[in-house]
Amino acid sequence: MLKQMDGSYAVGEAVALCRPQVVSCYPITPQTHIVESLGKLVKSGELADCSFMNMESEFGAMSACIGSSAAGSRTYTATSSQGMLFMAEAVYNASGMGLPIVMTVGNRAVGSPLNIWNDHSDAMSVRDAGWIQLFVENNQQSIDVHIQAFRLAESLGLPVMVNMDGFILTHAYVRVDMPEQEQVDRFLPPFQPFQKLDPQDPVTMGALVGPEAFTEVRMLAHKRMERALDVIPAQMEAFANIFGRDSGGLVKKHYEGEADTVLVTMGSVIGTAKEVVNELRDQGESVSAVTLRTYRPFPTEALREAVNGAKRVVVLEKSFTPGMGGIVYQDVVAALAGTGIEVQSVIAGLGGRPVTRESIRTLFAGCDKRTGFEVLDLDHATLDREITRESAVLDRII
Amino acid sequence: MQSQILHFPAKEAVIKHQQTGDLTISNRLSDVDDSLQGKPERANSLDSGHRACQGCGEALGARHAIDTALDATDGELVVVNATGCLEVFSTPYPESAWRTPWLHSLFGNAAAVASGIAQSMKVQGKENVRVIAQGGDGGTTDIGMGCLSGMFERNEDVLYICYNNEAYMNTGVQRSSQTPGAARTATTMPVGEHPGNSFGVGKSVPKIAMAHGIPYVATANICNPRDLEAKVRKAMSIRGARYIEVFVPCPLGWGTASCDTIKVARQAHNCGLTPLYEAEYGEITAVSKIARPEPVKAYLKSQRRFAHVFKKGNEHQLEAIQAIADANIRAFDLLENPAQGERF
Repeated sequence: MLKQMDGSYAVGEAVALCRPQVVSCYPITPQTHIVESLGKLVKSGELADCSFMNMESEFGAMSACIGSSAAGSRTYTATSSQGMLFMAEAVYNASGMGLPIVMTVGNRAVGSPLNIWNDHSDAMSVRDAGWIQLFVENNQQSIDVHIQAFRLAESLGLPVMVNMDGFILTHAYVRVDMPEQEQVDRFLPPFQPFQKLDPQDPVTMGALVGPEAFTEVRMLAHKRMERALDVIPAQMEAFANIFGRDSGGLVKKHYEGEADTVLVTMGSVIGTAKEVVNELRDQGESVSAVTLRTYRPFPTEALREAVNGAKRVVVLEKSFTPGMGGIVYQDVVAALAGTGIEVQSVIAGLGGRPVTRESIRTLFAGCDKRTGFEVLDLDHATLDREITRESAVLDRII
Repeated sequence: MQSQILHFPAKEAVIKHQQTGDLTISNRLSDVDDSLQGKPERANSLDSGHRACQGCGEALGARHAIDTALDATDGELVVVNATGCLEVFSTPYPESAWRTPWLHSLFGNAAAVASGIAQSMKVQGKENVRVIAQGGDGGTTDIGMGCLSGMFERNEDVLYICYNNEAYMNTGVQRSSQTPGAARTATTMPVGEHPGNSFGVGKSVPKIAMAHGIPYVATANICNPRDLEAKVRKAMSIRGARYIEVFVPCPLGWGTASCDTIKVARQAHNCGLTPLYEAEYGEITAVSKIARPEPVKAYLKSQRRFAHVFKKGNEHQLEAIQAIADANIRAFDLLENPAQGERF
């Protein structure tokens, strides 16, 4: 059904269609509207047989998810930014125990300084936690990918994180096609846990594991991740068969054929980027764009295939590691090793700074002379002034 | 599927000993026994072969508590464990000493995990399955306090049992918020002008639990397992958030002999340092009286963590601990015969 609604409420409705049995909630901007909408659906009875838990912290929210999922219920929560860091210990724990929890991340910067706006720092902070990390480009995908996320999680025994850009997607009112309950039921069977807490069949979960087996447990998680590289495209196809839409998957190649310069991005920035790429292609430039829709597991083969024939790949990302530079860039470099393709690193959109068409034009214009990483739209005057001011004090200590 | 948990046949075995109060007597003196203690049919929820130290008070407390809960729920029980000694010594992969479905997640989140399990069972229509969360004092009263308070405030159908041995024993005996004043720990060494732990104002988690107005709060002491059993049984008869704090000496951390765990626990009870009481909806409903009061000196003397208290110049520490015990005796009206208090 076509609807005009904000991204958060759309996700709330889509999650409700997946019939979660336990939703744990702790508010943090910009994801709050998602759990609010689910709370209302549970309270009104529209989402039946579901427990909505108002928790005391994000750490508690993820912990309740761990208990709920281990006891055999389909389980969901959402968070952002500082919330993700506060629950980080439990985030690792959930994946270590193979609990198929689905969590939305309304992606937001991590402070200090306090900043509520969008970038991908929160997702990157738990990059190595063992969760499948999916990134969506628009609100239709937000809906579709959540429906796939539950099936993906439950078929692999791994938790799945659906990343959607805070405000840009969570707060955007756009037209979406909300699936019918019957379609979702056909795609997503009831949750059948691999093992659960059951007095009739006692199991010990979360045992202490020493050096003799810890590596094997980690590798087991890695093997499940590798399996996801096959399962994700298969489920994307199964989804398309029922819903008639191409949503999700590993990588999205936005243009047919090969190009000299390929832009690689994640999340909603592709909307603006495509406008510039279209412009440049109209002017006869050999440029193209690819989106990483799955970030963990990293879709190495799919990316190599998608950028095949390129002379240069420019990774445009909303994440940054001080002391090194781009984060996604490092994955792309590793994935394209041996192909002879030059990989460039561009960082933009940190803490909600808009990535405009003009910014992306600058990105393409700088491709011939870029060395190291470049930060788009950086206020050099402010930066230089502060460096000078700090140096006056810090140099004395040296 | 056939339950793998041992169930409890009717009383038929010969009972050799009878627990009455904090004493064990021969059953020649009594023909009444409603206790699970010492019966061959007990569930052995925490099975033999685990790796606890000899004389571990926590292992004893946990076994009594979970056995009772299993009996009270006819085996329909799930146990969540905070990180700590109890978790580490009972489940080193690939072994497990637990006969119940059991889950360990993290140090500070047992109350929240248990909340999730309770809600999950409820939504699946399995309200007959009951949930217990358990942890030591560090995992409960320090790092787990936020989740615990949330569990209380939402009145989740969970019994939380804290085995209080007054320090972080699993990490090597560091101070916790339950460590008493003057006690030596690895982070409060008996050196300097005020040896051992400094005297704060204390943190009574049972009182904090009572302030949440939850249906049931109790304190117990491993010296009186029958009382512990009765409290766990009562807790399992109630729905909603419940809290039991069990006083469990730690021979390793306290510097006591392995064979003296019960004795030391009884001394703590008799001197008034660990008042035993029950509370419902925030109001105290019962207090266990002390039949044979003792000064704190005997209790402290049996533990190396308090050895410095008896050195010249540290008399004020001994007095301060006695003052705490005296305050408890007054506040909870602990003495069976109030006149006995005057000899201290």
